[in-house]
Amino acid sequence: MAFPHRLDAPELPDFSMLKRLARDQLIYLLEQLPGKKDLFIEADLMSPLDRIANVSILKQHEVDKLYKVENKPAVSSSEQLCFLVRPRIKNMRYVASLVNADKLAGRTRKYKVIFSPQKFHACEMVLEEEGVYGDVSCDEWAFSLLPLDVDLLSMELPEFFRDYFLEGDQRWINTVAQALHLLSTLYGPFPNCYGIGRCAKMSYELWRTLEEEEDGETKGRRPEIGHIFLLDRDVDFVTALCSQVVYEGLVDDTFRIKCGSVDFGPEVTSSDRSLKVLLNAEDKVFNEIRNEHFSNVFGFLSQKARNLQAQYDRRRGMDIKQMKNFVSQELKGLKQEHRLLSVHIGACESIMKKKTKQDFQELIKTEHALLEGFNIRESTSYIEEHIDRQVSPIESLRLMCLLSITENGLIPKDYRSLKTQYLQSYGPEHLLTFSNLRRAGLLTEQAPGDTLTAVESKVSKLVTDKAAGKITDAFSSLAKRSNFRAISKKLNLIPRVDGEYDLKVPRDMAYVFSGAYVPLSCRVIEQVLERRSWQGLDEVLRLLNCSELAFTDMTKEDKASSESLRLILVVFLGGCTFSEISALRFLGREKGKREQKVGCGGQGAVLRKAPRLAPAPLAGLAVGGIAG
Amino acid sequence: MDCYTANWNPLGDSAFYRKYELYSMDWDLKEELRDCLVAAAPYGGPIALLRNPWRKEKAASIRPVLEIYSASGLPLASLLWKSGPVVSLGWSAEEELLCVQEDGGVLVYGLHGDFRRHFSMGNEVLQNRVLDARIFHTEFGSGVAILTGAHRFTLSANVSDLKLRRMPEVPGLQGAPTCWTALCQDRVAHILLAVGPDLYLLDQSACSAVTPFGLAPGVSSFLQMAVSFTYRHLALFTDTGYIWMGTASLKEKLCEFNCNIRAPPKQMVWCSRPRSKERAVVVAWERRLMVVGDAPESIQYKQLTIQVLLDRLVLRRLPLAIQICEYLRLPEVQGVSRILAHWACYKVQQKDVSDEDVARAINQKLGDTPGVSYSDIAARAYGCGRTELAIKLLEYEPRSGEQVPLLLKMKRSKLALSKAIESGDTDLVFTVLLHLKNELNRGDFFMTLRNQPMALSLYRQFCKHQELETLKDLYNQDDNHQELGSFHIRASYAAEERIEGRVAALQTAADAFYKAKNEFAAKATEDQMRLLRLQRRLEDELGGRFLDLSLHDTVTTLILGGHNKRAEQLARDFRIPDKRLWWLKLTALADLEDWEELEKFSKSKKSPIGYLPFVEICMKQHNKYEAKKYASRVGPEQKVKALLLVGDVAQAADVAIEHRNEAELSLVLSHCTGATDGATADKIQRARTQAQKK
Repeated sequence: MAFPHRLDAPELPDFSMLKRLARDQLIYLLEQLPGKKDLFIEADLMSPLDRIANVSILKQHEVDKLYKVENKPAVSSSEQLCFLVRPRIKNMRYVASLVNADKLAGRTRKYKVIFSPQKFHACEMVLEEEGVYGDVSCDEWAFSLLPLDVDLLSMELPEFFRDYFLEGDQRWINTVAQALHLLSTLYGPFPNCYGIGRCAKMSYELWRTLEEEEDGETKGRRPEIGHIFLLDRDVDFVTALCSQVVYEGLVDDTFRIKCGSVDFGPEVTSSDRSLKVLLNAEDKVFNEIRNEHFSNVFGFLSQKARNLQAQYDRRRGMDIKQMKNFVSQELKGLKQEHRLLSVHIGACESIMKKKTKQDFQELIKTEHALLEGFNIRESTSYIEEHIDRQVSPIESLRLMCLLSITENGLIPKDYRSLKTQYLQSYGPEHLLTFSNLRRAGLLTEQAPGDTLTAVESKVSKLVTDKAAGKITDAFSSLAKRSNFRAISKKLNLIPRVDGEYDLKVPRDMAYVFSGAYVPLSCRVIEQVLERRSWQGLDEVLRLLNCSELAFTDMTKEDKASSESLRLILVVFLGGCTFSEISALRFLGREKGKREQKVGCGGQGAVLRKAPRLAPAPLAGLAVGGIAG
Repeated sequence: MDCYTANWNPLGDSAFYRKYELYSMDWDLKEELRDCLVAAAPYGGPIALLRNPWRKEKAASIRPVLEIYSASGLPLASLLWKSGPVVSLGWSAEEELLCVQEDGGVLVYGLHGDFRRHFSMGNEVLQNRVLDARIFHTEFGSGVAILTGAHRFTLSANVSDLKLRRMPEVPGLQGAPTCWTALCQDRVAHILLAVGPDLYLLDQSACSAVTPFGLAPGVSSFLQMAVSFTYRHLALFTDTGYIWMGTASLKEKLCEFNCNIRAPPKQMVWCSRPRSKERAVVVAWERRLMVVGDAPESIQYKQLTIQVLLDRLVLRRLPLAIQICEYLRLPEVQGVSRILAHWACYKVQQKDVSDEDVARAINQKLGDTPGVSYSDIAARAYGCGRTELAIKLLEYEPRSGEQVPLLLKMKRSKLALSKAIESGDTDLVFTVLLHLKNELNRGDFFMTLRNQPMALSLYRQFCKHQELETLKDLYNQDDNHQELGSFHIRASYAAEERIEGRVAALQTAADAFYKAKNEFAAKATEDQMRLLRLQRRLEDELGGRFLDLSLHDTVTTLILGGHNKRAEQLARDFRIPDKRLWWLKLTALADLEDWEELEKFSKSKKSPIGYLPFVEICMKQHNKYEAKKYASRVGPEQKVKALLLVGDVAQAADVAIEHRNEAELSLVLSHCTGATDGATADKIQRARTQAQKK
């Protein structure tokens, strides 16, 4: 298809090592509790765990029964209970309630809590407050990086975005630093480091401290990865707010890709069962279409189907010997391909049904108008109608946020009326959602009378003031302006198109948004890598409110081979979208480089997770949506 | 001429020896050594002398004097002994001088005569007094063994971790044993003692009689015993003039030697020559010295690693120690850094130098040498009671996390908090927070948090899950009415089941929002209260479920239930905008498939949302007949779309041609798929050609 695999593409490091490491460590931890035991697993650790150690491995190490950690009393009869959980306070209360119930019943068992990826003091504190600290042994499973694909790692920390960008809670920064440290121990030091954003800077500094403390471990190792780029999600909210139109992104938007796999329902499988499909480079059909603009995908798949048919048809003229050969050597592969093909064709049809309707076209049109900054009134009315008609709670919020960020906040009248409409449509509990979105800087009101320069001088004062360096993002975001329009102009994010943009032969990263917009995050990465520094990007940094928060670090002695120098690791702190991954893959092929990405908190776009609207206003910000 | 052998003298028949002075002692002793208590530290360490130890009965002017010299006799310290009578002196492996008093008290001094601490060997020792004492060395450290006036043994195997053990009684023991020694076997300390012809081994639980393997008969008393430094070997001197040498377990004999001297020796010690690997015992009488040797043994330096050696050197000769490290090519962390750190720890004990000078001197010498822990040095300073110096030293500690534990110990919690935040380690911050919480009153604690947003966020997160009331207090203290409002809204969902309780919580929230000057949120909350009350009334009057529906869904539910009047009333009360109401009714009536009511509604007034939505919704319900009714009413701009929706391609084409709109023409053309649309397609093409001609 459009991106032939370049022959000179550099070899990717062997990331499966991370899996083996995690598995060995888990087994070691399980063996620390010899004998039969029941394992309680936190729901959102199940998929990551499954990628590391399947049930039979667990059974081999004397795990008897498996339970999900949920708000129900456990019925386990085992003498040893092991809990595999995220370091969350509610989990501690769950463990404590179990232990205390046993105590009441006069029962003694062994309890072990394994925290992943690390334990927090606050958790132990809760165990202590609940009076069970002495009964429970605690351990850490330092499983912080899950290889989802040959070129994609994820920390699978859905709360990262909320904790850091909304609550200003910095506890995951240490986890990021540890993960970077692990990568540099396994794959050699990174000769070139770049970063932008406060979280990126703090993670980087903490990581450097770790490296210095364990001096010499990575010294002298040949670097396998030439560059590392750390980027805070709040540097670019816009991209995460746009509807995705590359195939993998659409599959994510439509069916949700979780931990590298997707559940296709009956509407895709055309049977009464749903099917769990692993989406990665090993799926040959998927691998060829994942980065394609959706408009090309169906054509490709039908061509593929015809080719497949032709290969089957070759049987007709075969003699016995040829037939035997065909059956033993080719048939299995063909059948496999056939199966994958029909899955993706099914998914395509289902997406088409949902997305090619007029509604979707209108939505995309509005998004493009917002990105380009014309017909703002018309777009605002469109959003209002969208809310009134209860089209989709999450999409409405996404559009509102996109309007806010591209326009430096909503004008007061719209800010009030859109919120009022939204509350009428979806319930008053979303007052909390709006309060959270405002704090995160996603949905704000234009400050009346604040001229651009006045705000800017305020912000720059905040930034240069040393004490203000400690102000958490949650607060400083209130003072920030997004300046999207100016940034867009400066970085040329809206390509000038003469005639039709040929989506079959993309000429720049804008193809991931139908040629209408180059993802800001990817453009920044591209620019910095081209310059090998932030030089000449001062104005962009000022507009991004990151003048003090961008850094470059090059090692003087360049021991890296030219091969490894072409490998780039991009770390999105707060999650990334499949569109960005596709854009970076495109960039890699264009420049003959390859990128890996690490997404903190998986790669779901901001505001893109399935909305949970029921009576759960406690979840606050976009009701569990803004996880990213 | 070859003179190498000139100073060798014959020894017996087949051996030669030579004697030469390594160095002369620099000291200037007035007393004979025999009149002093003497202790030389192992590994060529310092020498301690206690002069006049036994002259306690005389005038106070002649008190004992404790002097410490280097191994070459350079005076290091001298002090008047003012405590009780001393029975025994000895050096620990850490080069601390242990002075065992008659009352069982042990005073500990440093190399420079600085008093460190003291401990007691227990009540039993105090009552029965100390008859004899030995300081011995084990792999755990240095121990003290005491023989009391009641002929019982008490020992501690490690004076840095004092655990007193009273050894069992030796059956039939009337007087003091003729000789005894402490042994260390299998990591346990024992006592070996000789009573007449018998040898006993004491361990914690039992006293057992032992016999040396292969000992010549006729022994009626053991006069002296010596254990080798490694506790592997033992030498016994008998009243028959025999020297038995063997393993400390007494189960193996190395050799036996008859020296034909029956007088008890003054001293007997093991000595070894590491290079020749020979083992030997030196026996000394008043005017005679004898070396008895046999099989090879090598000195074990296990207890004395190079690091310990350097530590000991540093107190005397800093530059030499550093040179040794460089010579030995020790890694910096093990060598030079260690030396400097050790030197610094010594430096902070110089009480006559000001805090500033000490801190500066240390920093100048140490700089940022890798492996040097300023926090360790600071801890030492704090141990010497120099808190201010400790804080100054901590400033040089590059890892802020390392500063925190000591700062907490010194009760500088606020400073500890800043340092913890700097370190980026949130767990450390949390630890300090818990300290602060216990240490300060609530008001001060909150004020401290207020100035540290990072810590505040962390604590808030904790409170959100574990201490909701504290969270409220935090917001209150900050006058953060916005967050207080949100807090009460959450509370209205979480805690309260009854509608009155929920409304009350919402009222509190609304009040908070007013205080926060957030009128929008206040009004929205008041609307919510109104809606809740109304929903409760609807449930009572109409049945069904209304609570917690959105306003939109409440109205929809009413329409679906056929309560149109109520729906109208609600829409008016809550000022639902016209557009929304039209969308809402349209959707609800179509869901009901109440086409008659829909038509009536469509004619009630001019639709604010146009008529295309009517067409769309009818088609969605597959009612083409109804859809067509509305298609005719759709405005010209959307007419083509409407006609295409109801499948009237031909008419759509006519309208598009009439509009002369290229986009509309293409749209219609793309719908010309059916077999009957051929003519229409041609018509459009013709119109296009014509348009181009014009």
